[in-house]
Order: sequence, then structure tokens, then C-alpha cells
Amino acid sequence: MERLIEEIPNFFTIWNVIFLAKAMGVTFLLTAIGCLVGFSVGGLLAIFRKTKSFYLLPLRIFIIIYTEIFRRVPFLVSLLLFFYVFQIIKISDDLFLIATITVCIIATAYIGEIIRSGIESINQTQWDAATAMNFTYYQTLREVIFPQAWKVILPPAFGFFIMFIKDTALASQIGVMELTFAAKILNNKGFSPLLSFGTILILYFILSFPLDRFGKYMEKKLASNRN
Amino acid sequence: MPQIEIKSINAFYEKLHVLKNIKLSVSKGEIVSLIGPSGSGKSSLLKMLVGLLIPKSGKMYLNGNLVNFKNQSDLRTVREQIAIVFQQYNLFQNMNVLKNVCIAPTKIQKRNPKEVNEQAITLLEKVGLKDKLKSYPDELSGGQQQRVAIARALCLNPQILLLDEITSALDPELVKEVLDSIRLLASEGMTMLIVSHEMSFVKEVSSRVVFMDEGSIIEINNPKNIFEKPKEKRTLDFVSKILKEK
Amino acid sequence: MGYTLVYTQVLEFLPYLIKGAWISLQIAILAFFGGMFFGLILATIRTFGNNISNKIVICYVTFFTNTPQLVQIYFLFFALPEFGILLSPYIAVLLGMTLNAAAYLCEIQRAGFLSIRQNELDAAKTLNFSLVQQVKYVILPHIMRVLFPPLSNHYIIMTLGTSMAAIFGVEELTGRAFNINSETFRSVEIFSITALIYIVITFIATFLLAVIGRYFFKAKIRIIQ
Repeated sequence: MERLIEEIPNFFTIWNVIFLAKAMGVTFLLTAIGCLVGFSVGGLLAIFRKTKSFYLLPLRIFIIIYTEIFRRVPFLVSLLLFFYVFQIIKISDDLFLIATITVCIIATAYIGEIIRSGIESINQTQWDAATAMNFTYYQTLREVIFPQAWKVILPPAFGFFIMFIKDTALASQIGVMELTFAAKILNNKGFSPLLSFGTILILYFILSFPLDRFGKYMEKKLASNRN
Repeated sequence: MPQIEIKSINAFYEKLHVLKNIKLSVSKGEIVSLIGPSGSGKSSLLKMLVGLLIPKSGKMYLNGNLVNFKNQSDLRTVREQIAIVFQQYNLFQNMNVLKNVCIAPTKIQKRNPKEVNEQAITLLEKVGLKDKLKSYPDELSGGQQQRVAIARALCLNPQILLLDEITSALDPELVKEVLDSIRLLASEGMTMLIVSHEMSFVKEVSSRVVFMDEGSIIEINNPKNIFEKPKEKRTLDFVSKILKEK
Repeated sequence: MGYTLVYTQVLEFLPYLIKGAWISLQIAILAFFGGMFFGLILATIRTFGNNISNKIVICYVTFFTNTPQLVQIYFLFFALPEFGILLSPYIAVLLGMTLNAAAYLCEIQRAGFLSIRQNELDAAKTLNFSLVQQVKYVILPHIMRVLFPPLSNHYIIMTLGTSMAAIFGVEELTGRAFNINSETFRSVEIFSITALIYIVITFIATFLLAVIGRYFFKAKIRIIQ
């Protein structure tokens, strides 16, 4: 314990603090890009999945298979798979890029499901009224369904965002310089694991906790508005 | 030439045969009431007329033109001419009263927003909701929502109006307000198909009354005869039961 | 590209991988039921406890749900030895997953408690049910119907989470994939097969849970979302 207290000033040098702050930025960026892409592409998947046109049937089947697959493979395994695929096709060896693409692909599958169940939560009567007044499918979504469904979509989407802040820790396994990898480096440099891993636990908490609180607050507020 | 003519229509919900060999023609300016026990196919018939329920067989003519239910542009034409007021009102929950009435005429029919706005306000005034323009559906009573739904349908300038059990969810004192709105329309010569349980109202406004049971049309008669001397026994049973309850 | 996928060599390792999947399953089940047990204790404290014990549980749940499970296990595995506590990789992973699961399962179970409706209990009381009968015929069936879908969902998430054990050298499914990878270097083949095995085992789990849910608890779970 004494050794630990002695080590603290050595650990929190300017160099280490900047190093950790940068890593924290990478963690956040990885999550934010993933969720942004996941939201847009996942939204498209949800929209196409609810279409009825016969010609879009192959697309709907593809979407179902896609979402089922990537929600049933561990993040770590997907990450390694993409890492090795990229090595073969030699498009890029940028580890951050590979991790970002993996995060985007998985986030799309999860957020697509969240958006789809949001769309499904809206009563059929709203669809009937819009159809009877000649709204097209996309007009109905834009004018009627999404303005109501976002209240159902946002809270779980927020929960997902927090889940992904934590899951990106696995990107350390392919060598992306995010928080967990930074802790491993510091640990390897001889700093105490208690200090290295303890510090990033706190940093993760600092990233996640405000979002968690905000998400819960929003959920409560939206739920009370609805009734 | 009848405005609507349907011939041997059969329709299903999943496996349930909800419309069985339906034949009916409606002329311009006619008010046809549909009566019958719940689950007899009255609402399904209205839904079919606006293409929310696609028939499996049979033909429908609108102003003499055959409607192809598989063709989107045919369905658009049908829905431009026929407006429906749903039993559950089906107002858009995310829009205020005025927006509910204006959205389809401006966004779908691409009419001049200013004109539409004026018409909407006039219509809402007519149904007694001038002071509720900015209210949202969940702030209104059932009767008020119902009248918004009627104004919304009318603002589409339809040739034909379908009304699905519009008084069933209302308090008795509100029924009168809604029925007054319908009477006004009737006097203006609008073609209407009305599903209703208000037998005295049916008797008063209808040109003809259709009695349905288990998905089939049992009898079509004028309002006086259907209540006083119906041709079919099933009609008599239904009518006498309903009148006894009153 | 100059790389062709060759599965023959990797397929020879299939039985080895499937045995690894059994170990994954073992970890998932042990951690799930451990988490259920601790989570139930936490949820009970949270529902019936006093102010201080309540706050402690809230802190526990907030901490574990806002930090990565991987780093929690790192901490157990690398930092606890500083206090003289040495854990084997298997135990560290199991303990980490159990503590993590306890936090989530506490929240899920608490939501189940809160969903019990007073009027149902009142109805049971007026029918002269004893306490045991109330629990058996009213409370438990209701709680299980509400809880079963989110619990099943969390079990699937935990099954996927067991792959983290590989990082600490546990030879479960992903760990064995690591082993084969360093032997054969057929990386894409190995990890795609591994992914497929995860898809299969989670599908089987969802299917079984859906059947159990439907027949025992009248809870609806969709096999394909």
C-alpha cells in the first residue's frame, strides 16, 4: 500500500495524463462514430425491413440474416475476423479503421433492431389512417410514425451507446490505442496494475455515467409525457 | 350509372372469411346505412372500399371504372374520391388538430396551403371546434376527436364519405353533436356509407339500409320497410332485438 | 489477393472447438446463476432495505454497469495479487462475470418485483390464500412471466461475453480458436467457423428458452426477432 502511494506522483505525470486523455478520446470516438453510423444505416435497415414490395424480398431476407448474425457473434470474435480479413484483402492496416468498421457493422445490427421495434410500437390505426389518405410508405414514416416512435427508440438507443463505450475495450485486443490498451501499456511499463487498471475504470465511469444518468432521466421524462 | 358498384366481392383477414359474395351499388347523393351484429363485416366492407382490405375475388367499379386493387395508382384514385372516418378516429397523435386536418390536402394532394388552411378552419368551425385548433388529440374528448376526424375527411374534398360506427365510442350527449354534423352533410348531397347502431338516426337519414350478418348481405331495403316489415327473418330478429333494447 | 480460403485443415479441429463451446456454456451458466443469486440478494435489499444499504447497492450497480467487464476482470486478475489474492484465469473470469451479471440481474429482478400489482395480491387475500399459496399461485407466475424474456436476453448476452475468457488464457471456444490460429495461421477460416458455432449455440439457447418460456411461464420470446 505504501509503495502504491509512493507511485502515484510518478504515475500522474503530464505525459501519462495526456496519453490517457488521448486514449479516452479514441474510446469515445470509436463509440460515437459506431453509433452515428449504426443509427443511420440501422434506420435504413428498419425501414426496408418493414416494406411489403415483392421485389424487395431478397433485401428483407438479407437484413434479417445480417441482424441475426451480428447479434449472435461475440464482439471479440467479429473484431478478430475483420482484422484478419483486412490483412488478406490488404485495403488498410489502420487498426483504428478496422475497429471502427467492426463497431459500425455491429452497431447497425443492434440499433436497426431497436428502431424496428420502435416502429412496431406505433398502433396500426395510424398506418390505416395514413394509407387511407394516400400517404406513401415513406411519407407515413416521415410524417406520422417517426415523430411518434423516437420516444420509444431513444432510451434503449442510449443504453446501447453506453454498452458500446464498454465493449470497445475489446478493441485493445487488436492493438487499438484506446483506454484499455493504454492501461496495458502503462502496466507493462512497470506501473502497478492496481493503479493502471483502477485509473481507467474511473475514466470509463466518467465517460459512461453522465450518459447513463441522462438516458434514465430522458426515459422517465418521455414516459411521463406519453401518458 | 352508380357511383360505386361492387360485384361478388370476397375478402379475408388471414383465414377468416369476412366478406362473402358482396353485391352493392350506390348512386350519387345516396346515403346507405349498414346495420348488423358486431363482426358481421360492416367495417370490413368500408375498409375494402378504400383498399385497406384487398379483396380476393370480385369486382369494384368507381364512377364506371374498374378498380384494380393490385395497382397503386388505381388505389390512389379510389382514395382521392373516397374518404373514411374510422371508429377509433385514428387521428395522428403527433399533430395538433389543425395539422391533422391540413396535412393530407397540402402534402399529399399538393393543394395551396393557404386555401387548405382556410377550408380547414371553416370545417372545424362547422363541427364546433374553432377554439381547439392547436390542441393535440390526447387533450380532446372522444366526441371532439371524432369531429376532428370528420373535418379531416371532409377537407380532402371527397365525393364519397365512409363513416365507421362513429357514435359507438361517444357519450350520449355527444352523439347529438356528431349526428347533427352528418345531417348537415346529408342535406348538402354528399354520398355516404354509414355503419351505425343508432337505429333512429339510420331511419331518419338513410336512402337505403343494408343488413349484414356473418360477412354476407342479407337484405337491402328502404329504411321504413327494413324496420317495419323486413323481408328476411334474420333481419326481423336483429331489428326487433335492437329496438327492444332501446 | 493471392489468398484462398481453405477449410479442410480447420475442420479437423471442429470437435476440439465444440468441446470448447461446452466450456463456454459452462462459464455462461455458472456466471448466470451466480449472478441471479447475488442479483436476487441485491434486489431484495434494494426493495426492502433501509436507506444506507440501498445506497450501497445503487453504488455497486452503477459502478458495474458503467465500466467494461473486460477491465473489471483485468483488475481482478492483475490487481488483486497486489493484495495477495491470486486467482486462476478461469476463476477470475467466472468471478468477474458473476459480479457483473449480479448488477444487471439485480436491476432486471427488481423491475420484476415492482411489476407485482397490489390488486392481484388483494384478490388473492380475499380468496383466503395463505402466504405460501400467494407466492406459489400469484407472485411467482407473474414475476416469471415478466422476468423471463429479459433474463433470457441477458443470458444470450452473457454467452457472447464468455469469449472474453480467451484473453486470460481460458480454453473455451474463442480460447481454442486462438490456439488453432497460432498453430495453423488459417485465421479467417478459424474465426468464421468460431463465429458460426456461436450463432448455432445462441440459436439453440434462444429456441430452448422460447420453448421453456412458452410452456412454463406463458412468456413470449421470439426466436428470430
